[in-house]
Amino acid sequence: MEMITRFIKSDAFKRLKRNRVAMIGMIVLIILFGVAIFAPYIAPHDPYSQDFFQTLQSPSWEYPFGTDDLGRCIFSRILHGARYSVSIGFISVSIGLAVGVPVGALSGYFGGKLDLIVQRFVDIMMAFPGMLLAIIIVSVMGVGLVNAMIAVGIVNIPQYIRLIRGDVMTVKNEEHVEAARAIGRGDGMIILKHVLPHCLAPIIVFSSLQIATAILWAAGLGFLGLGAQAPTPEWGAMLSQGRGYIRTAHHATTFPGLAIMIAVMGFNLFGDGLRDALDPRMRHDNA
Amino acid sequence: MSVYILRRLLLLIPVLLGVSMIVFGMVRMLPGDPAVAIAGVHATPEYIQHVRSQMGLDEPLPVQYGIFMRDLMRGDLGRSTRTRQPVLTEIWPRFINTMQLTAIALAIATVVGITAGVISATRPYSIYDQASMVLSLFGVSAPVFWLGLILMLIFAVNLGWLPSSGTGTIWHFILPSVTLAAQSTALVARMTRSSMLEVLGKDYIVTARSKGLTERVINIKHALRNALISIVTILGLRFGILLGGAVLTETVFSWPGVGRLMVDSILARDYPVVQGSVLMLAMLFVLINLFVDILYAFLDPQIQYE
Repeated sequence: MEMITRFIKSDAFKRLKRNRVAMIGMIVLIILFGVAIFAPYIAPHDPYSQDFFQTLQSPSWEYPFGTDDLGRCIFSRILHGARYSVSIGFISVSIGLAVGVPVGALSGYFGGKLDLIVQRFVDIMMAFPGMLLAIIIVSVMGVGLVNAMIAVGIVNIPQYIRLIRGDVMTVKNEEHVEAARAIGRGDGMIILKHVLPHCLAPIIVFSSLQIATAILWAAGLGFLGLGAQAPTPEWGAMLSQGRGYIRTAHHATTFPGLAIMIAVMGFNLFGDGLRDALDPRMRHDNA
Repeated sequence: MSVYILRRLLLLIPVLLGVSMIVFGMVRMLPGDPAVAIAGVHATPEYIQHVRSQMGLDEPLPVQYGIFMRDLMRGDLGRSTRTRQPVLTEIWPRFINTMQLTAIALAIATVVGITAGVISATRPYSIYDQASMVLSLFGVSAPVFWLGLILMLIFAVNLGWLPSSGTGTIWHFILPSVTLAAQSTALVARMTRSSMLEVLGKDYIVTARSKGLTERVINIKHALRNALISIVTILGLRFGILLGGAVLTETVFSWPGVGRLMVDSILARDYPVVQGSVLMLAMLFVLINLFVDILYAFLDPQIQYE
């Protein structure tokens, strides 16, 4: 709590509030979270209920985004799908953080043999194009939404290790860390209390941008048939079902894709704004 | 310089060994028994056992890995369980198709991305700059498979200008490569703009201007050249993402590439082909990264070769 109040009073937060683009991103995210939480109350129809007299209907007052090949309301399915995308983003990034932060911190702080081994491992993981690695991991673990999240999370681990290791290596030589060492603080205490808090800004920025990537990748896995399975209203899987009817009923493809794009854009805009606010030196990076 | 290249080449060995181990291990962990896949579901247990020992599957794993590496050194990746063809014969033509698609996409991303970025940076906050940055935001956020379907809907189904799928003519390349290039083009444009803007504020640009050089010369010779280092880094990293995106693009446009082959082979439990495809793609990516690092060293005179 104390950290949150401190953040709200800080210059960084003032810069964030002044950044129009970041605010647009934040509004998109608030709507996305709102939809995810309240989907069952605002959806006009049951996302699973089929109606074989209403298949592939064009958008209308009754069905704002039309219906799919089984006569289900696409609008209601997209609202429910927000829950999956938000969870996908946060769970896979949490996996990356949970493994990447401790391993990266230890590797950067202690250096030596440990660092060498960890870095070779990271090199090898990074030798695989990410999406391919995710596909293989999902295939090993078995197709499904949860495994797709885990796979995307695992693929992100090496990037977190790299990022945090680099920051820790810079911070550990700063004077306040020297001081902590001089008064006899243990290594664990130093890492937790004196090093990691200073690496927080890049971790937060990277994570918010990484959520965007995770949503895209998990949707891609769903599209390939390796992620969420029917009848789950996950956006990627919906797109892959609608794809067969693109010539006659393109709304079954258009709307789920738009939903993915808007969600990803929200995290991208917010992440960019956060970066500008937390790191004024990189102000020019995006506009 | 040559010492640096040699060192990088030596570092390649442990990475490639690690890659081969991970691929070998993961393919062994895939569900299903490859011996059953080859012998057929209705084969007798004796026959399945026969196939298993013939394939060396009853050996301990380290021995299997040894055999796998020995064959790999000879360029033998095994045979497809579906077509019984050597894996390399199966993969190679598709590998070329994927390479063509990725190379064209990378070329589009480089040319269009850098051009758009340079124009944006030389006229910051103009209408052009704002439009191109909004467009690049869409490019970064749109899922590649969705973009492909929408482009297909507009240009193939509705307008009928371009073929919707398959290969053959030069026209078949346009939709898949533009789709694959979109995200990278957007990122390169943003990167070019931001690094150019950073460079354009530096003292030596002011010096160049006071010497009376034209804006054109300053932009191209001084600013772009220095911005190029970060652009090359991004392009190298993009290559892996392009290879991943190729799987999705190939699926949308029924493009006979190695990415689609890999997914199909996973679904059909044709594991030798999965193994071969992943190995080839990972090796390609490693080599591209090596190439980028060396290029990087050429571009940046400050880099240390150790």
